[in-house]
Amino acid sequence: MPSRYLQLRRQLTDKFFTGLAAGLSVIVISALIAIFAYLVLKGAGSVNWDFFTQIQKPVGEAGGGMANGIVGSIMILVIASCMGVPVGIGAGVYLAEFGRGRLRHLVRFTADVLNGVPSIVIGMVAWSLVVVQQRHFSAFAGGVALAIMMIPTVCRATEEMLLLVPQAVREAAFGLGIPQWRTTLSIILPTARAGIVTGVMLAFARVAGETAPLLFTAFGNQFWNLRPTEPIAAMPLQIYTYALSPYDEWHRQAWAGALVLVALIVGTTTLVRFVFLRRMVGGAR
Amino acid sequence: MGAVPERRISEPGSARGFDHPDMKMGTSETPEISLVSTARKAPGWQRSIFNLDNGFRAVMLLAALSVLAIVALIVIELLQRSALAWHAFGLRFFVSSAWDPVSGEYGAVPFIYGTLVSSLIALIMAVPLAIAVAVFVTEMCPQPLRKPIGYATELLAAIPSVIYGLWAMFILVPLFRVYIQPWCMKYLGWSGLFDGPPYGVGMFTAGTVLAIMIIPIISSITREVLSVVPQHQREAALALGATRWEMIRVAVLRNARAGIVGAIILGLGRALGETIAVTMVIGNNPQIARSLLAPGYTMASVIANEFAEAPDDLYRSALMQVGLALFIVTIVVNILAGLMVWTVTRGSPTRSHA
Repeated sequence: MPSRYLQLRRQLTDKFFTGLAAGLSVIVISALIAIFAYLVLKGAGSVNWDFFTQIQKPVGEAGGGMANGIVGSIMILVIASCMGVPVGIGAGVYLAEFGRGRLRHLVRFTADVLNGVPSIVIGMVAWSLVVVQQRHFSAFAGGVALAIMMIPTVCRATEEMLLLVPQAVREAAFGLGIPQWRTTLSIILPTARAGIVTGVMLAFARVAGETAPLLFTAFGNQFWNLRPTEPIAAMPLQIYTYALSPYDEWHRQAWAGALVLVALIVGTTTLVRFVFLRRMVGGAR
Repeated sequence: MGAVPERRISEPGSARGFDHPDMKMGTSETPEISLVSTARKAPGWQRSIFNLDNGFRAVMLLAALSVLAIVALIVIELLQRSALAWHAFGLRFFVSSAWDPVSGEYGAVPFIYGTLVSSLIALIMAVPLAIAVAVFVTEMCPQPLRKPIGYATELLAAIPSVIYGLWAMFILVPLFRVYIQPWCMKYLGWSGLFDGPPYGVGMFTAGTVLAIMIIPIISSITREVLSVVPQHQREAALALGATRWEMIRVAVLRNARAGIVGAIILGLGRALGETIAVTMVIGNNPQIARSLLAPGYTMASVIANEFAEAPDDLYRSALMQVGLALFIVTIVVNILAGLMVWTVTRGSPTRSHA
């Protein structure tokens, strides 16, 4: 009898914990669903042609959009990518192809440290490096801050993907008398291309929504600006200021901006996951 | 350094190509002189191989070193710009709770308190959820559901901080003000942690948002750690007649313990540095209140709110020092976490970014 009781208790414990894990998972998933549902519910009504073509209207007037923020975000991201991606890929190539010994460990470790630095601190440093020298906020300073954030992600992704390329490919290239730089540039990098593109796009998606590092670098701007040396609007910044404002009209805009931003970022992440990642795994193995 | 290879290509016949240290062997006198002369007759690109390789290597090295340089720059800039506050207050900065820009008195205690409390609330809520999701996905859930659930939790990680803040401000805060906080006051009020008017904004709300934000991190690293537990450990437990939960408890969770703790600490590191979402819902009031419902302030939010408008150098320097403290704390926490995850996943291929 006691053994049957024990058996029953074990079975029930098993059921209980399975149910608990499933239940808690449902809670997490429902949080995700709640966020997306509210984004669509509140944002969809305000996403219209004006949103993409107009800039902020004066308080009290209906309408207006985030055109300057969209263009500003694109500018900042282009500046950031121009600086962050080559450095990140270069560092990744170094780690995978040349690095050995202590320096390799040090660089890898430092990249992980940099990955964990709070974005607001990176914003402060970009302020101190660029804004103080220029004496005013600028799109360029925002680009620098985001570039610093992109580097560790791109670097580690590049390294991983290059390490997936079989050693035999390198040996074959060397056997043909191809110098190492040529092997790396024309054979190894193209082989790992899909994976590196994935890493770059994930880094891009990650920094595209960053607000904290832009607060005192790009600073935001109510008007059009296309010069990289001037303060510039950015979508995350605009969402932030609109959300904190007391005006319903601006809240509406903030939701619309949030929906567009999330669609962009989630779209990129999903695309990368289902298109590139699959191809990469298929190609490299 | 980058200019080196170009010069070699453009002047293939020039003797300067042999100044390079790697070519020293060939430039030494007598017997090797014939080698040098054959090398001179070889096509240009063959002789420039060594130099191009060195140049390429140097450029890549430069990129790698710039990662080191950036972190060094971060440390130097933070130290330099916070020097003024350090000289003015010294260690008193970290034990004083006065934050009065008007009279020039700065102390970081309310912010440190706010950061710690909001992060701890987040951990208490996020850890069971995150581990449950990870265990469910890797061990229990039917095969076709695994990928979608894993993907859904990763989607949570892709949502920007400002969106969480927006969502929390307009959805969570009213919900907390009207339903959850009054409920807490009624049933948990005896603890003293849920006193005062239910503003909606405050530590508790901020902690909740943070919890949602760190769940994907903790659960994805936990999943990774669980997946490297050897399959034969599971099979051994099942062969001894363990039920599934007993197998998970004895064979999986126990083996992955250090890694799971690492994942939790990594989540903590993320929560400590999180800025925008917290700033939007914590209430931004530099006070130390016992009640979790009271508005607070965190290290990251005080920087976000006050740095751009700080009028004088001492004020800015004090904020820089808050930033420096935040930097040091998150770095220490992250390194600790990295080591713990590494003890479990070492030897197996890992993903660096979670």
